[in-house]
Amino acid sequence: MTQFADRMTRKEAKAQEERLRKVWADPSGWRYWTSVNNYQIGLWYAATAFAFMLFAGVLALMVRVQLAVPDNDFLSADLFNQAFTLHGTVMMFLFAVPIFEAVAIFLLPPMLGARELPFPRLSAFGFWSFLLGGIFVCGSIFFNAAPSSGWFMYPPLATDKEFSGIGADIWLLGLSFIEIASIAAAVELIVGILKCRAPGMRINMMPLFAWYLLVVAGMILFAFPPLIAGDILFELERMFDWPFFNPERGGDPILWQHLFWIFGHPEVYIIFLPAIALMAMIVPTFSQRPVVGYSWIVLAAVGTGFLSFGLWVHHMFTTGLPQISLAFFSAASEAVAIPTGVQIFVFIATMLAGRVIFSVPMLFGAGGLAIFVMGGLTGVMVALAPFDWQAHDTYFVVAHLHYVLIGGMLFPVIAGLYYYYPLINARMLSDRAGKLAFWLMFIGFNVAFFPMHLSGLRGMPRRVFTYPPEVGWDWLNLISTIGAFILASGILVIVVDVLRPKHREPEGESNPWNAGTLEWISEPKENWGVRSIPIIESRYPLWDQPNLMRDINKGRFYLPDAEEGRREGLVTSVLDAQPIQVLRVAGTAYVPIISAFFLGGAFVALTFHWWIATIVSAVGAFAAIVYWLWTGTAELPEKPQKHIGLGVTLPLYVSGPSSTGWWAMFITMIGDGTAFASLIFGYFFYWTIHEDFTAGSKGPGAQWPMIGFGLFAAAWIAMIYARRLNGRGFVLAMRACLMLAALLTICGSLAAVAGPLAYGMDPKSHVYPAIVWVLVLWTAVHAVLGLVMQVYCLARSLVGRLTAQHDVDLQNVVLYWHFLFVTALITFAVIGLFPRML
Amino acid sequence: MRIIPNEMESLWTLFTAPVVWALHFLICYVSVAVYCAKSSQISFGFDVVRLGVVLVTIMALALIAMSGLLAWRQWGFGTHDPPHDDPTRHDRELFQGFATLLLSGLSFVAVIYVAMPLLFIAECSP
Repeated sequence: MTQFADRMTRKEAKAQEERLRKVWADPSGWRYWTSVNNYQIGLWYAATAFAFMLFAGVLALMVRVQLAVPDNDFLSADLFNQAFTLHGTVMMFLFAVPIFEAVAIFLLPPMLGARELPFPRLSAFGFWSFLLGGIFVCGSIFFNAAPSSGWFMYPPLATDKEFSGIGADIWLLGLSFIEIASIAAAVELIVGILKCRAPGMRINMMPLFAWYLLVVAGMILFAFPPLIAGDILFELERMFDWPFFNPERGGDPILWQHLFWIFGHPEVYIIFLPAIALMAMIVPTFSQRPVVGYSWIVLAAVGTGFLSFGLWVHHMFTTGLPQISLAFFSAASEAVAIPTGVQIFVFIATMLAGRVIFSVPMLFGAGGLAIFVMGGLTGVMVALAPFDWQAHDTYFVVAHLHYVLIGGMLFPVIAGLYYYYPLINARMLSDRAGKLAFWLMFIGFNVAFFPMHLSGLRGMPRRVFTYPPEVGWDWLNLISTIGAFILASGILVIVVDVLRPKHREPEGESNPWNAGTLEWISEPKENWGVRSIPIIESRYPLWDQPNLMRDINKGRFYLPDAEEGRREGLVTSVLDAQPIQVLRVAGTAYVPIISAFFLGGAFVALTFHWWIATIVSAVGAFAAIVYWLWTGTAELPEKPQKHIGLGVTLPLYVSGPSSTGWWAMFITMIGDGTAFASLIFGYFFYWTIHEDFTAGSKGPGAQWPMIGFGLFAAAWIAMIYARRLNGRGFVLAMRACLMLAALLTICGSLAAVAGPLAYGMDPKSHVYPAIVWVLVLWTAVHAVLGLVMQVYCLARSLVGRLTAQHDVDLQNVVLYWHFLFVTALITFAVIGLFPRML
Repeated sequence: MRIIPNEMESLWTLFTAPVVWALHFLICYVSVAVYCAKSSQISFGFDVVRLGVVLVTIMALALIAMSGLLAWRQWGFGTHDPPHDDPTRHDRELFQGFATLLLSGLSFVAVIYVAMPLLFIAECSP
């Protein structure tokens, strides 16, 4: 039984600490890179994202040099196209989104008083996927093969192989791979925030950073899948000539714009909210008081999260949609200014109510907000359709988006870097360098981007590689280029400040800014997150709970020991954070790296149409992931429960809705369902744009789809019975049910493809057969996954790892099947019945 | 078994009003988009769509008002002042009530924003 430090001799306390340290230690030598600890993964993730940012920054400088004077020939037109496309792509996909995942993985566990996020190997897998995908996309420019159609890849330019080359495939496949990593991170963060908070940290006590990230992770689940669905359609068109965006055969490029911007606009807020979340941590610290209006910030975060999904068409005001449709999106675009403004007023009120200490993080924060407000004002302008018709695709929009993103994201992230740097190596960054960097960046930014408003209003379009001298854009562009270099010099100062050796400086105190939130208990030299998991009674526990840091570090709270040599954390309830389970999280392993390399290999090979390599890599990834699941999840504990200290005993194994795995499946399937809904949106989109969208084709008939639906429904019922029988201990009947369900799944999938096959639907001939095939294949691929899960459960049962009491696998698989059933229902009703209703 | 576990039911209430906003927004967008795309095959006029969407708007506002009312009750009809940061179940409930009330207010305003074009635009005209 766990002893408490107070009642132990010094020697025993030391031994306890040593055990804990050993369990959480990283491997040494080159095996260090197999670490899955949130601290290392977060750091590597952030460093990689910053490296990509610097790379994309150099591309921006090249673009600026080319535009500095009229008729310049510093870059060729094609290289210029590659440079600006890659600049936008890398900044958005490889810096802005990943940096927030990095910061969240690094900060959230200590901030929530947890040791780890619930799926550390998933974080590691996400990081390695990101690294590989990022290098693949960035590296392409060195082979003159980078994407060159702009970061939003509009067809018909980007679907035309003559004009867009392999770069478009690199963009589609490289980024799809990274999007998968982002969704994995979203699953990790949502489950972590809802289920792994320290006991007592009720939802009204959660740090605002966690609130923001909860909202952002939820937004990722609804924003990224439409882009993945779009990528699938896009790649099918490029690779197999299925005409989704080709008007000659019934397709429509506008569908891509819809799918891209349903992702693209929320993306802006996915980037902005985490950065503002950093401000919500920094402002109270430097005002030395709790934030004024905690609930108002929650309102702003949740409200922005929702409203940001009603804005996407404001990127499409010039595509000829009905004016009333434009007006809806224009109105929603104005409405989102309300919650955005609320946050800024909350920060100002907090500063007014406290005694503000001006420091480098506050400087970057306040400067960033000033720039952001300016970008917000031009945002209100371009949200008005008539103004946008004038400004669309000009440098005015370039100025607007950089004001929003650099003010709303880059400056707060730099503020966060200066603020949280002591958590990385116990030393501070230089105050003088920080101030110098700030003024260089602030002045440089405005000198670079303010003139772009004017060049835009003077008619300079985006993405031109040069311009003649007589149009009056020359001196404005020259000023912009000078400003860009001043901005870059500021960033260089920060890079030097971060990288300069600091081992000669003395280590600082552990909470140098006197902050009130829990992440400051984390000690840079320890890997365990927290020495013991505390009980939280305040929003600012380090200010309000006396001796908290000492008691935590003396191991006076929960789980101060690691007797069984396992990495352990607590699972708590969603609303009131009552402890409900001891969660054993996975430790160091090769398998996330191996899985990421195989999966990355499959995507890379697919880009170059190396079919055999694709298949080999995909099989490798599949095998690695199954091995990972088999050896690393739902393990049977050696005892049913465990004493965690302070008189509390908790179970080591729970299944169903109380388990983290069930939640992860639920959240993943929400994202999956969103991608499916996007494909269904595509189907009905084609219906609206054509008089007869079937183009005279008979379609897949009603008979096969209905048979398919019947088989899927039967398989789903068999799965529910399998779970029920398992719960009652009828093992053989459960296995029989699983086998029956598997058989029904195979037959259902065959019936699904039989419809379009029987009616000879050729996906290359017209968009209608193509979209029907996509829906059928989507369902069939999910059915194959469902089949794998059924076989997996059967195998687990045969080796005794799935029993009546230990049924995590079966519970989660049945949950998957609920979603699969709905997918099948909608697919078969849409393709089989809808054409008959017309 | 439930898809949505018990415990979450009370966290979901926070999102009721914004979800109503989202559904209302979708109905506005989809009904108008489909009508304008298919107007040659549809026998009734655009005013019917406008009237229908106005009715949906009134229903949405009523639902949001209802969510706001329930939130106001959960917040104890305003008898307690924020910040609601005591480590008690009671304060947690007050916080939820207050946050839900604020979100209901925002959603109410946002629904009105989105519906306003229906008053001014009487045809599809691209």
